[in-house]
Amino acid sequence: MSPKRIVLRFGTDISVKPIVYRLVKDYDLVVNIVKADVNPQKEGAMILEVTGDQSEDGLNYLRNLGVSVQNLTQEIVRNDEKCVMCGACTGVCPTGALYMERPSMEVRFDGDQCVFCQLCVKVCPMWAMEVRL
Amino acid sequence: MSVEKTYAEINTKIKAGKAIVVTAEELITLVEEKGLTKAAQEVDVVTTGTFAPMCSSGAFLSFGHTKPRMKMQKVWLNGVAAYTGIAAVDAYIGATEMHEDDPLNSNYPGEFRYGGGHVIADLVARKPVKLKALAYGTDCYPRRNLETTITLDDINEAILFNPRNAYQNYNCAVNLTNRTIYTYMGMIKPHMGNANYSTAGQLSPLLKDPHFKTIGVGTKIFLGGGIGYVAWNGTQHFPSMIDVEGKELGSAGGTLAVTGDLKQMNPRWLVGTSYLGYGATLSVGIGIPIPILNEEIARYAAKKDEELFAPVVDYGEAYPSFTPGNLGYVSYADLKSGKITVNGKEISTAPLSSMPRAREIAATLKGWIQKGEFQLTEPVKTLPSPADGFTAHSIKED
Repeated sequence: MSPKRIVLRFGTDISVKPIVYRLVKDYDLVVNIVKADVNPQKEGAMILEVTGDQSEDGLNYLRNLGVSVQNLTQEIVRNDEKCVMCGACTGVCPTGALYMERPSMEVRFDGDQCVFCQLCVKVCPMWAMEVRL
Repeated sequence: MSVEKTYAEINTKIKAGKAIVVTAEELITLVEEKGLTKAAQEVDVVTTGTFAPMCSSGAFLSFGHTKPRMKMQKVWLNGVAAYTGIAAVDAYIGATEMHEDDPLNSNYPGEFRYGGGHVIADLVARKPVKLKALAYGTDCYPRRNLETTITLDDINEAILFNPRNAYQNYNCAVNLTNRTIYTYMGMIKPHMGNANYSTAGQLSPLLKDPHFKTIGVGTKIFLGGGIGYVAWNGTQHFPSMIDVEGKELGSAGGTLAVTGDLKQMNPRWLVGTSYLGYGATLSVGIGIPIPILNEEIARYAAKKDEELFAPVVDYGEAYPSFTPGNLGYVSYADLKSGKITVNGKEISTAPLSSMPRAREIAATLKGWIQKGEFQLTEPVKTLPSPADGFTAHSIKED
């Protein structure tokens, strides 16, 4: 069974609730937190990979709590025509998805490591990192 | 036996297709294998290369006259203002000028998506560019406004003239403050979370001729994919040798003013560039041939990343406040390894200058010379060298 990649967005009331624990405990889901931005008193967001027979039930539980649940259909891609292989992105990429190959000093992009933080989209001086829907 | 060659001798060999040309990185290997004396005897020309954002770039454009005639007073190209206080239909488009409607840093950090550098890149890519001009009207130049579309081929002249390019060496930027900063050295995380640098190191032109023995006014170069020339020293040209406790750590401070016909350049080597929270500029590809006239020139041209150093500078507090000093020096070998240690802390490094592109430039220039298409020019005037001791002034305020 392939994992479902989903984006959760929720209000301040949910930030303090152990929703991931519930997905694991009550719906027997394997949950991989790809990215999380959860702070007390703030709206939050998470990108999850969930696997399990009861995944739809688990997501309905979240929806009933008022969590916005969307499939992750976007991905970050590199426009090879625009990339000049400077390496500016490699200093800000939090997961090493963008990295320098040595000694060639060519910039490589491993999409599997990308957590969709979009920092590279903002800092690339050539606008070579793009969000694909 | 020491070697002495002249420009004429080297050019004779180039014309005959017999010149021995190597890139600066290949020279390093050759010197390691055969020793400096033998390498200097064998090699005629060493090629260098750099591809990086280079502020202080721009182009003179002469549009041709309108009917009726117009003495342009204000000019915009794709919404980016160009300076036209030169002549009736001449303008200078500067790389860092922003689009009139750009929000700049009002929504910090601003994106700076389109500026003068992007206009130059669009022109050289043969894209149509909107020209808007206003004038006050004179008896000989009555027309008061113009809106049309131009291309690089439509206009009479387009001369890239970059007053300060090819910085010899540059700071490695870190941030000692507790907030993320957005600079012309990229995004720098707090508490020395990362370090950015912007030099090709052992391939970089002016690091390989620190005393300006061969690079001078009139030197023919690879510029933006075509042919260019060194026009003068660059602005802020304050060459010096880095000396730390009697040990020479390479050179710093030299710059070049370069020029060439934009029409024969290539969009691969002139790329519009944006720095989040800072502004827009132009990335320029430059390659300079260094004739191996003697062993001393070869010795400097063979300097490797381990022998070339950059100062580490705090862009959070010291740089903006113009506080002198630095946090020490790091070698380009360390910078390119991906990790440096500053104040006892290990920091990840990232370049802003493309090594693959720098290598491509050095290899391209090497090919041109090997084929006899590109001969060397002897400078008609030498540039100030570290021995001249020029230093920078800051603005005096009333």
